Amino acid sequence: MKIFSKLYTILVFLFLYAPIIVLIIFSFNSSSSTSMLTGFSLQWYKALFKDEATLTALYNTVILAVCSSVIATALGTAAAVGIDKMKKGAVRSGIMAVTNIPMMNPEIVTGISMMLLFVFAGSLVKNSAVLGFGTMLVAHVTFNLPYVILNVLPKLRQTDKNLAEAAQDLGCRPASAFFKVVLPSIMPGVITGMIMAFTLSLDDFIISYFTSGPGFQTLPIAIFSMTKRRVKPDMYALSALIFVSILVLLIIYNVAQQKSEEKTKKKS
Amino acid sequence: MKKVVALLLALAAVMLPAFSGFAAEADEIEALRGTTLYVYNWGEYISDGSDDSLDVIKEFENRYGITVVYDTFDNNETMYSKLKSGGVAYDIVIPSDYMIERMISEDMLEKIDFSNIPNYQYIPEKYRSLSYDPKNEYSVPYTVGMVGLIYNTEMVSEAPTSWNALWDKNYTGGILMFNNPRDAFAIAQSILGMDYNMQSEASWKVAAELLKEQKIVSPTYVSDEVFNMMESGEAAFAPYYAGDFLSMQENNPALALVYPEEGVNFFVDAMCILKGSKNKRAAELFIDYMLDPEIALANAEYICYASPHTGVYNNPEYTYYQNEILYPEEGKFKTQNFLNLKPETLALMSTLWDDVKNHIPNTDSSNYDFFFGDGELGNAEGTVMTPEAWSYVIYIGIFVAICLAYVLFRYARKKYREKV
Amino acid sequence: MSNRSSLGSKLIAAPYIVWAMLFIIAPLIFVVYYSFTNADGNFTLANMAELGKCAPTFLRSIGFGIVATLICLVIAFPLAYIISQKTDKVQRTLVMLVMLPMWMSFLIRTYSWMALLQDTGIINSFITKLGLDPVHMINTPGAVILGMVYNFLPYMIMPIYSVMAKLDYSMVEACQDLGGNRLTVIRKCIIPMSMPGVVSGITMVFVPSVSTFYISQKLGGGSFDLIGDVIERQFQQSYNYNLGAAISLVLMVLILICMAVMNRFTEDEEGMVI
Repeated sequence: MKIFSKLYTILVFLFLYAPIIVLIIFSFNSSSSTSMLTGFSLQWYKALFKDEATLTALYNTVILAVCSSVIATALGTAAAVGIDKMKKGAVRSGIMAVTNIPMMNPEIVTGISMMLLFVFAGSLVKNSAVLGFGTMLVAHVTFNLPYVILNVLPKLRQTDKNLAEAAQDLGCRPASAFFKVVLPSIMPGVITGMIMAFTLSLDDFIISYFTSGPGFQTLPIAIFSMTKRRVKPDMYALSALIFVSILVLLIIYNVAQQKSEEKTKKKS
Repeated sequence: MKKVVALLLALAAVMLPAFSGFAAEADEIEALRGTTLYVYNWGEYISDGSDDSLDVIKEFENRYGITVVYDTFDNNETMYSKLKSGGVAYDIVIPSDYMIERMISEDMLEKIDFSNIPNYQYIPEKYRSLSYDPKNEYSVPYTVGMVGLIYNTEMVSEAPTSWNALWDKNYTGGILMFNNPRDAFAIAQSILGMDYNMQSEASWKVAAELLKEQKIVSPTYVSDEVFNMMESGEAAFAPYYAGDFLSMQENNPALALVYPEEGVNFFVDAMCILKGSKNKRAAELFIDYMLDPEIALANAEYICYASPHTGVYNNPEYTYYQNEILYPEEGKFKTQNFLNLKPETLALMSTLWDDVKNHIPNTDSSNYDFFFGDGELGNAEGTVMTPEAWSYVIYIGIFVAICLAYVLFRYARKKYREKV
Repeated sequence: MSNRSSLGSKLIAAPYIVWAMLFIIAPLIFVVYYSFTNADGNFTLANMAELGKCAPTFLRSIGFGIVATLICLVIAFPLAYIISQKTDKVQRTLVMLVMLPMWMSFLIRTYSWMALLQDTGIINSFITKLGLDPVHMINTPGAVILGMVYNFLPYMIMPIYSVMAKLDYSMVEACQDLGGNRLTVIRKCIIPMSMPGVVSGITMVFVPSVSTFYISQKLGGGSFDLIGDVIERQFQQSYNYNLGAAISLVLMVLILICMAVMNRFTEDEEGMVI
């Protein structure tokens, strides 16, 4: 059973990582082909660092992901706290139903509906150049929100309601009671929600495709716009770099955690 | 003698205002420093500094102190719908011919002041006042090109001469086709000797029938996948743009390209200024800069498409100087350009294209015969439901039935247990 | 006192409610508006009438979506169970590893699947080296479904895992104490208890599978148009916003009905679990 489960895990991860291994291999290809290996070279990494448009797109993607996940986390956590306080009933289930919409709705429909809204709003304020960073940020925050709320809510339900009240009885103001008592106990949910929001925003193509505007192209859009010509291996090189750096971060994080755990063990 | 005098006079006439205007112009350009210019171009369609090429945008910024915001699109239609949706504002955009015509007719473009573009002298007469911009007011050609038939010499013994090769049953499964209606229809129209820009509904239907017939060789509809598939020898034939063929050939020397005898599509991608541009003078400066022989050469080398710039294609240093693929002898074969189609024709084309994509050929070995005898259900004219669709109905039906049965079973069991 | 403070804390959700009104509800009204008007803005049912043509595509999308979802479920359930049995630290690492591929653009990942699946691709050259006949994989429905399974598998693993990780193991132990062997424990105890996760997993895989538009173009060789492709064409190439909106509306309603039915299976009225 143990061997079987190990084998199974390895197989699934092999499936998940097969294309990533392929793209790392092809990022070292010496020709511009992404289907035939002709030799080893680092030229695509060199090309990548000279290609300002791609680097700008990467920068834009990260900025957008950071901003949208932070805003979504703040807004979503507040919303979750509020919803948690509400009594079960029509209002609450109505809000929950609305919260589920961006998750259940196909991305393409969300993207289109957002675009229609923004263009309409733009025509109202007589500003033709409404699409851009702002609209993309709004769109990303919107589809990130449910993930944050649904990660925080269960944690709120698990926390002891009396805890916050006890803190208030001891003289804490409601706000500081929240920050000192409630927030730490729901922190894991907040962080998971934020990571999910960040990941989704980073990977999103469809919604960005419909809501992007001049001067703010994210990486997926830049890649898609190459599809009449050729997606060159420098994109593979970029993906490989992102992958390796995250993997390294992950390993460092794990090692650091292990060390701190060992320390606490020794102390106790 | 008279001629020489006339020429001198003409020269003087040209030079005088140029000299007197020189100082003023320099001031004008200087005043643009610190402004921003929004450019919207095809992806991978400018020399960007990789492979030791010139970074054209950066060079422009350095030279004139104008910040360039550079975005890219993947096809004319997406570009148009982005602009048309009204949510964006660019100064310069580089669409293809028929799209320029459409944008002119919809008053989306601004007239260019050609006196601000002295380098326009490099564009020869044959690339001026083309059908999409007959009065030569709105556009400056950037690249030109043709669609050719690419084939793999290792898989095809005899060089094809006709688009009919794409219908050849001997290469079933090894044939690629454009995944966009306009280019795909153009091939069928070439074979049928039709005009690419015809209005008649009946003729479009005939062309669609021909495209449906192609389904027998099970073509793969591709856009950029064509690069991978041709280079790795996955397919024998593919129609694609001649400029892109050159980069495929670099990776697989066994590839060759012909221009079929029935005629090919000739296209121009040209620089235009959008209506409402907030920085028109800088936009004109940018267009002039792009026509600078040195810059135009860098772009032509990078993009690999043919250049309409005399300073490029007459330059012996140019990699593709007198290249037969990019600059074939004129008049050797028929070429046609795309013009803007009426909205009704566009809608018709798009519906017919959906039909083509959903069409299933009537072959003897079809799997669907298993379900539907001789396939009479789906292939009758006018029915929407293909046998494939019916099989999905059956599968989904079975699935839903199983789910329902399970739910009922659970419900019954629950009731039963409650009773017990 | 306690009443007033609870009112105050309810108000903390107000910004979100305003946001949801503006950016979740309002856009949907636009979709509805566009689907019942023509290009001039007059009321029409013509868009709905034209939908009949899309029936085969709808059916194909739903068919592919169901298959992809079932495969995801079959793959993800055991994996989520296995992960949830590990120690906390290993769990964290494995979960991060499941999420990690999503940090690279899915366009690029789909692209490298092409290199894997081609007739002359990596898998096939491996197969021929083993002395077997190459298998034609790309441009088949199977390839499209594989692309969907690959791209959306993490969305199935995550919710199931997060429910399993939180399972009340005293129940499981009780089950074991009552003499259940491992399989019975899984069948009678773990599966019913992780149902909420399964339901949201199914939602999160089925919805994007039905509506995706890039995977089918790249891995299906353009021969298996899905409903997402049709919508995208209406908006980006035919400029028929009204028809595009109509198709979107129907797709949305279909999916919402499916999901409403699905959610009947779980008692948790709080909606989805992630």
